[in-house]
Amino acid sequence: MDFDPILFSRIQFAFTVSFHIIFPSLTIGLASWLAVVEGLWLKTGNQAYKDIYTLWVKIFAITFGMGVVSGVVMSYQFGTNWSAFSDRTGNVIGPLLAFEVLTAFFLEASFLGIMIFGWERVTAKMHFLSTITVAFGTVVSTFWIMAANSWMQTPSGYEISPEGIFHPLNWIDIIFNPSFPFRLLHMITGAYLATAFFVGGIGAFYLLKKRHLNQARIMFGMAMLMAIFVAPFQIFLGDLHGLNTFHHQPAKVAAIEGLWETEKGASLILFGWPDDTTEETKYALKIPKLTSLILTHNLNGEVKGLKEWQPDARPPVMLPFWSFRVMVGLGCLMALTGLMALWLYLRGRLFTPRWFQIWCVGMTPSGFIAVLSGWFVAEVGRQPYIVYGLMKTLEAVSPVLGQHVFISLLAFILVYSFIFGAGIYYIIKLIQKGPGPSRKEEIYGSHGLPTPPSVIAIERESHV
Amino acid sequence: MFDFSPFLDLPLLWGGIIAVGIFLYVLLDGFDLGVGILFPFAPTDSCRTRMMSSIAPFWDGNETWLVLGGGGLFAAFPLAYAILLPAFYIPLILMLLGLIFRGVAFEFRFKSKGYMVKVWDYAFHFGSLTAAFCQGLVLGAFVEGVKVNGRSFGGGSFDWLSSFSVMTGIALIFGYALLGATWTIMKTENQTQNWARKVAFYVSLYVALFMVLVSLWVPFLNETIFWRWFKMPNLLYLSPIPLLTAGAFLSLYISLKLKKEVAPFLLSISLFVLGYIGLAISLWPWIIPYQVSLWDAAADRKSLSLMLVGVSIFLPFVLAYTAYCYYIFRGKSNSEIMY
Ligand code: HDD
Ligand code: HEM
Ligand code: HEM
Repeated sequence: MDFDPILFSRIQFAFTVSFHIIFPSLTIGLASWLAVVEGLWLKTGNQAYKDIYTLWVKIFAITFGMGVVSGVVMSYQFGTNWSAFSDRTGNVIGPLLAFEVLTAFFLEASFLGIMIFGWERVTAKMHFLSTITVAFGTVVSTFWIMAANSWMQTPSGYEISPEGIFHPLNWIDIIFNPSFPFRLLHMITGAYLATAFFVGGIGAFYLLKKRHLNQARIMFGMAMLMAIFVAPFQIFLGDLHGLNTFHHQPAKVAAIEGLWETEKGASLILFGWPDDTTEETKYALKIPKLTSLILTHNLNGEVKGLKEWQPDARPPVMLPFWSFRVMVGLGCLMALTGLMALWLYLRGRLFTPRWFQIWCVGMTPSGFIAVLSGWFVAEVGRQPYIVYGLMKTLEAVSPVLGQHVFISLLAFILVYSFIFGAGIYYIIKLIQKGPGPSRKEEIYGSHGLPTPPSVIAIERESHV
Repeated sequence: MFDFSPFLDLPLLWGGIIAVGIFLYVLLDGFDLGVGILFPFAPTDSCRTRMMSSIAPFWDGNETWLVLGGGGLFAAFPLAYAILLPAFYIPLILMLLGLIFRGVAFEFRFKSKGYMVKVWDYAFHFGSLTAAFCQGLVLGAFVEGVKVNGRSFGGGSFDWLSSFSVMTGIALIFGYALLGATWTIMKTENQTQNWARKVAFYVSLYVALFMVLVSLWVPFLNETIFWRWFKMPNLLYLSPIPLLTAGAFLSLYISLKLKKEVAPFLLSISLFVLGYIGLAISLWPWIIPYQVSLWDAAADRKSLSLMLVGVSIFLPFVLAYTAYCYYIFRGKSNSEIMY
């Protein structure tokens, strides 16, 4: 077997970052949602909000922990596996990542401690403020990492020295590069939606099982609110994002569309089988002229096909093509869910029909799948470049042996499966236990009675 | 855009910032990892829970200094980052895997029952042990120097493995264990504290041994280092470092005997400070020893300037709220699970 360090580095990076992104997708959404829930609790004093908070902050803590450890791996892989990339782009990408650490990671990490362990040590207001701070941190973190990634997609504000090193010219252009606003919004909304469908799915599960009904209605209702308003917004944003990509990365869009020949009045291929060897999309189910209409707002507008580029300057087609359909398909299902929820709500039966609850339980992982597919579109569609149009992925790799990357990849697969399997197991256990009193002080013995203060005092005194 | 290079020696300044960042990591995560290293040897399960609770609110923030160290190196000295990380591929990946086990153990242990608690105890212990050993290994290999070819690493994939680097790996395990033990003295009482005090005493003997070993070995790695320490006026100027170190050890023993609670931790920190200064003196002005200097590896001056603005604005905040968190969770930790 030929151990190609590039191939294994790519697989390793794709594997570890795909694992990583699942956790941020949930922590970004949960942090903001927990802030809202805690705010509602402080305002209304309704115990159900507190119960929801205590359940979900535990899930948040597990997810956050896994996000941190998998994220640290990511930040070191730029050097271990992509050292040539680091050397050449460090002047530009480095400061963005450094700002992420300074403005976001420390903030999240420090106030997370208070959020999880601080109940008895700070006032309710301070605790609320910590939750808000963590939520703010996750969004700031997204800001910087999306800036870095978008710069790799649509570089601007740089110059290249004769040795091929990128140098910054204008930081505003670097950060607010052409694809950044779209990608940032699309990602944050994606994370919110992923969280909403996750929380909503669990709420639906409780409704279905007729457990924790008070809390379940709140969870389910809030999630459906997101589905009603945010899912259509995401489709709208995705459309803008796609138009922008068409402008800056036409080869990616050609791959997404499975379009080989440059055409005026290109049809939209709903489904088909793109084939690299024959350079055509087989068994295509087409809607005439629609692609031209969407991308150029003109029935006969010209859309470039993949053959416009040399085979070694084209992205792979299969993965962007299918991932895009999965993402858009799920986006439409989400919006459909919102419509159904609205309709049920207007008829006053949002919480009753079992079929809708079963549907929502089925939608639980949809957001994560959509986020991952979206990233596959964006990243694989950028190939063969690591910095679009300027630096190829081939040139980016570290001088390490393929065998070693292969072994480290195996190690990551083993460790991640075990650790994150365990994480999912603990999350499922928490969900099965459900919201409601569970803290030691709150249940004494097995009768669900609050612990008498004297007993707490004794337990505290009895030193080990 | 703004560029401070006419008024400031940016590479030097950034060398200092990175050095301080890495040092803060070593100190802060050092006591976390030390607690992990000593974990299975604690007398009872509730001692272990206490030890773990004492660091649970902090480990994440502490580990962030590692991200700042790595990310800062990437941003301020991309060339050094690009040469060093591939050179240490295997130990760094092992360290990351170790940190994964260590990091998740907190959440998982608190949520487990029965034998699964033991599983996460060992994940915590071996994760910490691996991370500490690999960090020491990388430090040792770094001090020995790596082969550079143009702008990239030019050596073999096991260059980092040597008797010296294995020795520094083991040395760092003991160093962290000392920080962990003295932290435990500070944050616990009674049985756990008595145990930690005994541990601190024995571990510090090993730390002393290793510090002597390293101090004698490093000057013979490289002639410049040798003459830097043993040339005549230098010998006098630098003699306070070994003397202060000896003094710190002595005070550490006394403070342990007198059953002080905070002093041992501070004195262990001072040992780390002194060791680090010694190392810095030996390695000055290299960022890749004996090959690439701070100035050769530094990023574009505009990048360094921008980040300097960032650091001056945000680092004070980071330090302030980090201190606030330690203040919130001050006092002795208890053995009840904190959720
Ligand atoms: C959309 C958002 C997003 C994306 C695309 C990424 N991350 Fe991430 N990352 C976060 C959003 C985030 C976060 C929300 O800030 C996390 C997630 C969970 C968490 O605990 O914090 C985090 C944690 C996290 C940490 C640990 C921070 C700490 O110590 O507290 C590191 C070092 C990274 N990430 C690095 C990366 C790198 C190098 C990425 C790209 C290759 C990356 N992340 C993609
Ligand atoms: C978080 C969601 C992300 C996912 C799921 C993701 C997915 C992927 C995938 C699948 C690849 C492999 C593409 C291929 O080789 O064909 C890849 C490559 C890469 N991505 Fe991402 N990516 C994400 C975010 C990022 C971010 C935020 C950055 C940078 C700041 C980034 C930088 C890279 C780099 C450096 C490579 C390696 C070179 C390459 O193989 O193209 N990625 N990513
Ligand atoms: C249904 C309509 C949608 C459309 C038209 C759409 C469009 C797009 C396009 C064109 C890209 C690639 C952009 C590029 O790399 O240049 C993309 C990426 C992405 N999409 Fe979507 N999307 C839709 C729905 C969703 C949904 C529902 C989610 C998640 C819940 C989602 C999450 C993402 C993510 C995370 C990325 C990768 C990051 C990025 O490039 O922004 N998308 N989307």
